[in-house]
Amino acid sequence: MNYLEHIGKYFMMLKQVFRKPQRARVFREALSREIEELGIKSLGIIAFISFFIGGVIALQTALNLNNPLIPKSLIGFAAKRSIILEFAPTFCSIILAGKVGSYITSSIGTMRVTEQIDALEVMGINSLNYLVLPKIIATVFFYPFLIILGMFLGIFGGWLAGTLTGLFSGVDYIEGLQTDFDPYLVQYSMIKTLIFAFIIATVPAYQGYYVKGGSLEVGKASTRSVVWTTVLIVICNYLLTQMLLT
Amino acid sequence: MIEINNLQKGFNGVEILKGISASFEPGKTNLIIGQSGSGKTVFLKSLIGLHTPENGTIVFDGRVNTEMNSDDRRQLRQEIGMVFQGSALFDSQTVEENVMFPLKMFTKQSDEEMLERANFVLKRVDLVGSNKKFVAELSGGMQKRVAIARAIVMNPKYLFCDEPNSGLDPQTAIIIDNLIKEITEEYQITTVINTHDMNSVMEIGEKILFLKNGRKAWEGSNKEIFKTDNEAVVNFVYSSNLFKKVREAYLNETN
Repeated sequence: MNYLEHIGKYFMMLKQVFRKPQRARVFREALSREIEELGIKSLGIIAFISFFIGGVIALQTALNLNNPLIPKSLIGFAAKRSIILEFAPTFCSIILAGKVGSYITSSIGTMRVTEQIDALEVMGINSLNYLVLPKIIATVFFYPFLIILGMFLGIFGGWLAGTLTGLFSGVDYIEGLQTDFDPYLVQYSMIKTLIFAFIIATVPAYQGYYVKGGSLEVGKASTRSVVWTTVLIVICNYLLTQMLLT
Repeated sequence: MIEINNLQKGFNGVEILKGISASFEPGKTNLIIGQSGSGKTVFLKSLIGLHTPENGTIVFDGRVNTEMNSDDRRQLRQEIGMVFQGSALFDSQTVEENVMFPLKMFTKQSDEEMLERANFVLKRVDLVGSNKKFVAELSGGMQKRVAIARAIVMNPKYLFCDEPNSGLDPQTAIIIDNLIKEITEEYQITTVINTHDMNSVMEIGEKILFLKNGRKAWEGSNKEIFKTDNEAVVNFVYSSNLFKKVREAYLNETN
């Protein structure tokens, strides 16, 4: 199957996904389940990675600024910019593509190969709407909170790393954070997050839903979904940066 | 009553079903048998709407599949119960949740009413006390019972079973067969079973359809299958010495 066929099939899938749920109550239950599975269970990994990467960004910046003419506040400024613009929305989304993407593909793919999706269809249920829509809503609404948490913890990690190592003072770091703060950058970051969240929910769902064969194929589909989700995030990141910041 | 007229289906240019016609009556267990690759599963999946036939019609009590709109089709699907080969139970749900799922989706019953109905069908399939167990905690036979309970919870007019005995020990297989037959007679369901199991053929095959290379090669009852001289049926059904002896004994007894 060529790429154009996949793209066409992906959009045909979305057409089925965005239908009115057959039962509001069942949809609400599925949504709360997905928020827990895809969102709340990702809090730990995002908090852990954001905190330490924030620390590393601050330390690397400090270690590379040897010139006494450059103010130490630049460390906080650089950390803030790197974390808000790229690390939190893009890097965290790539991490989530691995964690959440493989989960979505394997769970839907397993349902496909064990005929659970056929069972839904025989009952007269729109299986795409039932399985995929709650995942999209859960990721699109919850991931901005995850990314904001990532931003705060990354910046806090940078501050803690600097003060613990003595490479820069907390006052300098906070001064850098406050310098030239542009709220549009947060807005830009949130726009990216929403689009990445949509990709993280739909591309793995596509890979899982149309899997054919057995457990081996589900494994291969999970790998494919992580690769394609990451590729799309990187391409969209470039395009969005060009569209929104230049 | 299900009437099938000249059903044809193929994949990627390969013809799988080559014009099958048959009719299945309510209150009877109708069996589809045939070698692997004869088109049984494609036939069954075409009947339940998972495959779209290229030609031919399927008439469900006067309703022709090709003339149905999406609402009619949705309505029909709520009248269909299906037991899949691997049970196809939702493994993230408990037994009770699996059985209540169609009720949640298609009825406006209260939680108490749904639970009462679920308990009723679970009792009917002799599975009391397993409501809170997850699918992984059940044996193969118990999973089949849950699948049957889920299939009949909406009071279906049509019940389809894809190899309901596969992977079960002979004793459990007979229990499942008898359960399907009892339910079929009790609720006057039109039941169609896809099977490889010759015990099922002998025990519950009130009407048997033998498929070969995508065509109907023979049709009859479990009594008639003993007497048939159709070579393809004889070679398939009586391939084991045990069944050859059973047939000889039956013919000696009746002659």
